[in-house]
Amino acid sequence: MSENIVSVNNLSVSFDYQENFLSKKQKIKAVNNINIKIKKGSFFGLVGESGSGKTTLGRAILGANKISEGNVIFHDDERDFDLTNISAKEMKEYRKKAQLIFQDPYAALSPRMTVRDIIAEPLEVMNITSSREETDQRVRDIAAKCRLNLEHLRRFPHAFSGGQRQRISIARALVSNPKFIVADESVAALDVSIQADILNLLKQLQKELNLTYLFISHDLSVVAHVCDIVAVMYLGHIVEMAPSRELFSNPKHSYTKALLSSIPSIDPENKSRAIELIGEIPSAMNPPSGCVFRTRCPNPTHDCSNGKIEMGLIEVSPNHWVDQCCVNCK
Amino acid sequence: MSHLLEIKNLDVKFDTDEGRIIAIDNVSLTLDQGKVLGIVGESGSGKSVTAKSIMQLNPGNTIYNDDAEIIIDNENVLKFTSKNDLKKIRGGKVSMIFQEPMASFAPAIKIGNQMIEQLLLHKETEKNQAKQISIDMLNRVGIADAEKRFNQYAFELSGGMRQRAMIAMALSTMPKLLLADEPTTALDVTIQAQVINLMKDIIKEYNMGVIFITHDLGVIAQVADDVAVMYLGSVVERGPVNEILKNPKHPYTRGLLNALPDINNLDAPLKPIPGNIPSPLDRPTGCVFRTRCPEPTHDCKEGNIEMGLIEVSPGHWVDKCCVNCG
Repeated sequence: MSENIVSVNNLSVSFDYQENFLSKKQKIKAVNNINIKIKKGSFFGLVGESGSGKTTLGRAILGANKISEGNVIFHDDERDFDLTNISAKEMKEYRKKAQLIFQDPYAALSPRMTVRDIIAEPLEVMNITSSREETDQRVRDIAAKCRLNLEHLRRFPHAFSGGQRQRISIARALVSNPKFIVADESVAALDVSIQADILNLLKQLQKELNLTYLFISHDLSVVAHVCDIVAVMYLGHIVEMAPSRELFSNPKHSYTKALLSSIPSIDPENKSRAIELIGEIPSAMNPPSGCVFRTRCPNPTHDCSNGKIEMGLIEVSPNHWVDQCCVNCK
Repeated sequence: MSHLLEIKNLDVKFDTDEGRIIAIDNVSLTLDQGKVLGIVGESGSGKSVTAKSIMQLNPGNTIYNDDAEIIIDNENVLKFTSKNDLKKIRGGKVSMIFQEPMASFAPAIKIGNQMIEQLLLHKETEKNQAKQISIDMLNRVGIADAEKRFNQYAFELSGGMRQRAMIAMALSTMPKLLLADEPTTALDVTIQAQVINLMKDIIKEYNMGVIFITHDLGVIAQVADDVAVMYLGSVVERGPVNEILKNPKHPYTRGLLNALPDINNLDAPLKPIPGNIPSPLDRPTGCVFRTRCPEPTHDCKEGNIEMGLIEVSPGHWVDKCCVNCG
C-alpha cells in the first residue's frame, strides 16, 4: 500500500487553439511536465496567479481534462486508477473517490433544486444508495457534519448566504464518501469572517472523514494557514515546492519571494513596498524559452536571460524543491 | 479649513417587494483634501451604497432622508436633480473606479473613444487635445504602448491593464474626489501591489481626496489615512488607521482582525465571527451588532440601546453601545 494517494508523473496538458478557421492549429501547454505526490491525509496547497495552470492541474487529476503526456495515478486502498487510460466504467468508480468543490457558491448550486435534492444528486447519479430512506439518511448525516440544519434541507439556495451555500457545496462533494477533494478557490468569494469559518470546517472534516485535499488558491496567507505542503505554479510549471512553514520562512525562488512581499501588511507602519514584478504573466501561447520566469525576474543571470537554461526542480534542502534556473537568482 | 466632503446624517432606504430595507442608517463621515478614507465591512454592510449616494448612482427605488446632507464645495449634492447639476459631480468633481473593470468599460467602443467622450463632456477641450490628455494619462499609469492601447477594445487588455486604464480614465478629468470601490479585489496579488503603489503615487501627485472601499484590511493598512468600519448600514467605529488596526475598540473590528490569516503567526487559530450577518429585512433594533456580539451586556441584548458614536480618544469614534462589550 502506498503512502501517497495521488502521484502525478511528468504530466502535461495541452489545448488546441485556432485563432480563426483559416489559421494553423496551435497547441497551448497549460500544464507542463508536472511531478507531484500527494500524501494520504495531507492538505496540499497550489498557489499562483491566474493563468498559471492551477485549475487545469486540479481538473486533470480529477479526470476532467484530457491528459496529453505523462500520467496521473490515484492509489485507492485496494487498487490503483491510472487516469491516462481509464474506462468509462472505472471512471464512474473513480468519481466516487475524488470530488471537487467550486469557487463560486452562487453559481455552483441550481436555483431550482432544494438543498436536499442538491446534496442527494450525486448519490442518485452514482447509484450509491438503494432506497430513498437510505439517501435521506446519508444526506442528513453529511448535512449535520457540515453544520446545516435539517430545516435548511427543504429550502432553495436563494435563501442562503455565501457561507451557508459553500457549506451546501461541501456537503454535496462529500456525500459520496470520497477520499480526495480538490477545493478550487473555495474561499475566494467569501468575506474574511466566513472564510475563516469554512477553512475551519474543511480542517475539521479532514480529521473526521480522513480526507486528503488539493487546495487551490491565489491567497498565500490562507494557504500558509491550512496547508502542510505548498507548490507554487507559474505559467504551467511548478517553480517551488516545500512544506508550508519552510516555504514561507525561507522562500528560494524569486517568484515566491515576490508573491510573499505582495501580501499587503496589516501593520500600517510597515509600508515596505512589495517587490514589484515587471509586467504581467506572459501568454501561454508563446511562453519564454528556457526558464519561463526570466522575463519578469528581478535579477536574471546572464545565462537565463538568453533562455538557454532548462527548467527542472532540484532539492535544496529536505523536501524543499526549487527550479534549478532560479535557485541562485536574487 | 472646510472639508472636501462632508456626509451628514445619511439614511438610505430601498423600497422592495418584500418591504422597505434600511441600507444606510445615520452615517456621518468627513474627508479632507489629499487624504484617503478607507471603508471596510462585509458584503451587505452598505459600503458601496454610501459611495454611490455621493454621485446619486443608487437605483430608482432609493429613498434618501430629507435632512441628510452630502456637501462638496459648500453645495449639498444630494439635492441636485437637474442633469446639468448632476454632470458637475458625476465625472466632474467626483470620479469612480469600480471593482470589475471588464464590466465598467463598454465592450463595443474603443477605450480611447470612451476616454475622450468624458473629457469632452466635462472639460472644455478640443478632440485632439482630449486625445493627447488621454494618451498622457495612459502613459502615466504605466501602460506600455499607450497609443496602441488607446485604439483597442476592453477585451484586448488583461485584467491589470484594464484596471489601470480605468484609473487613467477616472483621473483624466482631474476630479477632486475619487471613489474607489474594491479597485483591487479582482486582481492577482502581484498586480494588486502594482495598482496600490500606482494609486498611492497618483493620490500624492494630484492631492485629491479618496474614498477607498475594500473588505481587505491589509489593503486598508497600506493605503488609508483614516478608516470607517461599517456593519449593516451603520458606521460602528472610525478613526486614524493606526489607531483602529492596533487598538480596535469595537468587537466587530476585533472580529474582522482575528478572522484574518496572519502570515507571521501560522499557529494562531482562525477565529470566525460567530453567526451570520442578519438580513436587512429584519435588522436588529437598538445596537445592530448585538445578535453576533461575543459578550453583549444585558441592556443591548434587549435592543434598548440607541446607536451613536462617542469619541474614546482624539479622532477615534466607537459606537457607544459596544464600547464596553467583550
